Amino acid sequence: MITKEVVEKVAKLSRLELTEEEVAVHAEQLNKILETMDILKQIDTDGIEPLAHVLPIQNVLREDEVGECMPREKVLSNAPEQADGMFQVPKIV
Amino acid sequence: MDYEVVIGCEVHVELKTKTKIFCNCPTDFGGAPNTHVCPVCLGLPGTLPVLNKKVLEYAIKAGLATNCEIAEYSKFDRKNYFYPDLTKAYQISQFDLPICKNGYVEINVGGKTKKIGLTRIHMEEDAGKLVHQGATITSATGSLADYNRAGVPLIEIVSEPDLRSAEEVLAFLTNLKAIIEYTGVSDAKMEQGSLRCDVNISLRPFGQEEFGTRAEIKNLNSFRAVERVINYEIDRQTDILEDGGQVVQETRTWDEGKGVTLSLRSKEDSDEYRYFPDPDLTPLVIDRAWVEELRSSLPEMPMAKRKRLIEEEGLPEYDAGVITSSKVLAEFYDGVRAHYGDAKKTSNWIMGELLARVNAEGIELEDIKVKPEHLAALLTVLDKGEINGKIAKEVFAEMFNTGKEPESIIKEKGLVQISDEGAIVAIVDEVLANNPKSVEDYRAGKKQAMGFLVGQVMKASKGQANPGVVNKLLAERLEQ
Repeated sequence: MITKEVVEKVAKLSRLELTEEEVAVHAEQLNKILETMDILKQIDTDGIEPLAHVLPIQNVLREDEVGECMPREKVLSNAPEQADGMFQVPKIV
Repeated sequence: MDYEVVIGCEVHVELKTKTKIFCNCPTDFGGAPNTHVCPVCLGLPGTLPVLNKKVLEYAIKAGLATNCEIAEYSKFDRKNYFYPDLTKAYQISQFDLPICKNGYVEINVGGKTKKIGLTRIHMEEDAGKLVHQGATITSATGSLADYNRAGVPLIEIVSEPDLRSAEEVLAFLTNLKAIIEYTGVSDAKMEQGSLRCDVNISLRPFGQEEFGTRAEIKNLNSFRAVERVINYEIDRQTDILEDGGQVVQETRTWDEGKGVTLSLRSKEDSDEYRYFPDPDLTPLVIDRAWVEELRSSLPEMPMAKRKRLIEEEGLPEYDAGVITSSKVLAEFYDGVRAHYGDAKKTSNWIMGELLARVNAEGIELEDIKVKPEHLAALLTVLDKGEINGKIAKEVFAEMFNTGKEPESIIKEKGLVQISDEGAIVAIVDEVLANNPKSVEDYRAGKKQAMGFLVGQVMKASKGQANPGVVNKLLAERLEQ
């Protein structure tokens, strides 16, 4: 059961600011999703390995060879604030 | 009450690959900020990470070297948390299917060998570096992010809570560091941040089965800090328990200057990482033939080498421990021994002259200029008596500074032995004239006076006279 408190906690972990109404809406919608999941739970999955990837591919690897990096003006072009070639972020703690 | 200390370690090791774990950016340290980045490690939309094969190879090698089982099937997961050193708001790591598990590292403390269990080794990406604009993170007005390090490959090695003292932890870290260094997958240098350690410490009354509540101290970057942290935490937690209080489960940070640990955050609100499989990366099915190929490519490991040096080379335990604690030293030792027969003399020169100079100069072992075969050559001429010990040390100092071979140094500096009888006779006569008492003693039957006179001649010739010729000439003169 997804309560108001659970929604608030998940929102906090995801750094989302929700209004009272939004919390209520999300609680209801998340509960509906969980109800649908309950239907899936009825399927017998004994002896079936959990799925790690939906596509039947594995071992996609690359060689350890150096390639091009991005020019720094481009790297920082979307930064709201920057200083000394670095991204500037607000006070952390 | 007496408490037993229970310690587990999490060790992060930076792998020595050319490129990052999921993109082609170089891993070189020291570039200008944000110049070793690309859309993948910056986490820009529409990019796809692809695993560096070398990272997988190195992680498997590290696992094999620490007696781990290598997974048949492994995958990457997203560890979600917000912090400005992450570009994507998640770190790509491994959760429930790590590449290696159930290994151990042997340690030798107080003459006893003990196996320290390794729960797992997993692959992950490093985070970026933050520069706080202020004296400390809490007083900073803001922070600057450099993502050159974001995506540098790491392995995290997690030990079982098998360690029971600071001494055991140091032995564990020393051996683990040596093993990693031997495999060549990392420089494993704590001072340079390529090996970092978190320690989990708790106390329990002796005899109690269940563990006490633990504190985790993060990001220790020197052996000295690890030792101080453990001793500090033992005192701190003992005081709390003695006062009838309870240790809080939390992450703490080490303040090197003040010598204390400080609370960073309580564990309850930080540990919700909401791991899930990363759909951008494919699962790994590990080829067993490849694993065996990697296993057979591993060099002799430090504990095995240590054992060999004690049992086959006849070195004292202490010598064997010092020499095998570093791959460079162990290889240097083997290099000398390939050309020179005396094991103990080799070890004495490595631990004495070589290490004393390395420490005095503050250089890295990798940067030693002396070649092992040159030390072998020096010891050989020393053994033959062509030069004496004092001159050998002088020659070695020059070899250490320049990397030249001993023969040319001996020639250049005119340290070459004098065997010409005419030149030695003059010195012999002078010594005899200056030491009438010894001459008298010898002639009166005190044959040991000869040794003193030989010494005087050698000294007068600055050690360069051929001792055989000196003996012969002295005997001739004294019997006259």
